[in-house]
Amino acid sequence: MRHLLSTRDLSRDDAIGILDVAEDMADVARRAVPKLPTLQGRTVANLFFEDSTRTRLSFEAAAKRLSADVITLSAKGSSVQKGEGLKDTVQTIAAMGVDAVVIRHGASGAARTLADGGWIDAAVVNAGDGTHEHPTQGLLDAYTMRKARHGDASRGRDLEGIRVVIVGDILHSRVARSNVWLLKTLGADVTLVAPATLLPTGVGTWPVTVMHDLDDALAAKPDVVMMLRIQSERMHAAFFPNEREYSREWGLDDARFSRLGPDTMVMHPGPMIRGLEISAAAADSARSLVLDQVTNGVSIRMAVLYLVLTGAAA
Amino acid sequence: MPARPVLQQADIERALTRIAHEILESNRGSSDLVLLGIPTRGVLLAERLGGILERLEPGSGRVGALDVTMYRDDLRSQPTRSPQPTRIPEGGIDGKTVVLVDDVLYSGRTIRAALDALGAHGRPRAVRLAVLVDRGHRELPIRADFVGKNLPSAASERVNVRLRETDGDDAVEIDGGES
Repeated sequence: MRHLLSTRDLSRDDAIGILDVAEDMADVARRAVPKLPTLQGRTVANLFFEDSTRTRLSFEAAAKRLSADVITLSAKGSSVQKGEGLKDTVQTIAAMGVDAVVIRHGASGAARTLADGGWIDAAVVNAGDGTHEHPTQGLLDAYTMRKARHGDASRGRDLEGIRVVIVGDILHSRVARSNVWLLKTLGADVTLVAPATLLPTGVGTWPVTVMHDLDDALAAKPDVVMMLRIQSERMHAAFFPNEREYSREWGLDDARFSRLGPDTMVMHPGPMIRGLEISAAAADSARSLVLDQVTNGVSIRMAVLYLVLTGAAA
Repeated sequence: MPARPVLQQADIERALTRIAHEILESNRGSSDLVLLGIPTRGVLLAERLGGILERLEPGSGRVGALDVTMYRDDLRSQPTRSPQPTRIPEGGIDGKTVVLVDDVLYSGRTIRAALDALGAHGRPRAVRLAVLVDRGHRELPIRADFVGKNLPSAASERVNVRLRETDGDDAVEIDGGES
């Protein structure tokens, strides 16, 4: 694998291959010495042009567990603030000698531009580009579902027959897009639930069922309920009347949570806004896999860094 | 040149039985023995050896698997390898005598990686090496303690080990090289 830019261009075998390598990476964390020498001497640059807690720390932890060196750039406090463009910024960092670039950027397609632009020859891993994709999040979500469903017998399996409901701000969500493509490839059945204003135009062409009523969607007893954050930083218009109304119609509140089946998986990519899209009781319950998602994120990112940084060019 | 058979099923069984006896002899019994196979065929051989040990001295057949992929020194020059599961038997390896088991000993680089990988799981009292075939051409100062068959070979030849669990039958063949 040269780059990881989107889940849409992963085949079923590619995707299962990444999830299986992540299984082995997860085993590493349980050892006496939870570190591998695999990427010794390689340098991973984390370029974060948008804010992030878990993705940035997760990539950093993953790279360090594989013994890679990590350099990190956050747009705040860097020359980006002085007006330096993307090309100059990445070429500057590449000139310091990096083998892989992990990039989060507000512009959809930023990672693709780095990979195909001929500016640098490092491997590129997309850590979120605008409203386009966030492939490692999609992969860690699929891994979390597979692990919760199949446990230790997960290796080699797909998500055939798992029914997933994704609720909330689909319009601005790169997580939703990465999940839709990957879950479809892995054989899961995806339903999107959102107010019409928070669905992208063209959602009719996606391989999903679209619903507007959360109670109807939950009545079908899905296996997974994935709540998305309302991305107010990307909202420059009124998409719903107010937060209380949103929460009443599309939030996973205590009443809706209590009607879920006993082994329904509750997921959220984080950061959670408690009381808006998810209640505290739902977020903290035993059915909530939110912290599993974070733990699994490190394994997935180790797998991805391993796969893009090893192997002779085919 | 067609593949030349080196070991047949009965030869492999005899070799493994002899290795099992040698392991017990050199360890002065079966106490604190752990067999760790190196994927893929090393694991199958370790399981067979474990079965034989279990028949000779019940309770001695603790078998696991040790994946060395992430410790290899050729990850950048070879196609991407998929790691295999590592299984350390109950009780761990601290203070135990670990016998690494592999099918073919060649450059010694796999065993170097295995020695590094072991360090992540504990500190064995001693580490031994058992291989079905030693074909020479070592690139590192490593040798096997228990050898099924010494097989002088040319570097251009290929040694193929087939085991019934993965390949349908048991055989060791050599092919290729100058004809």
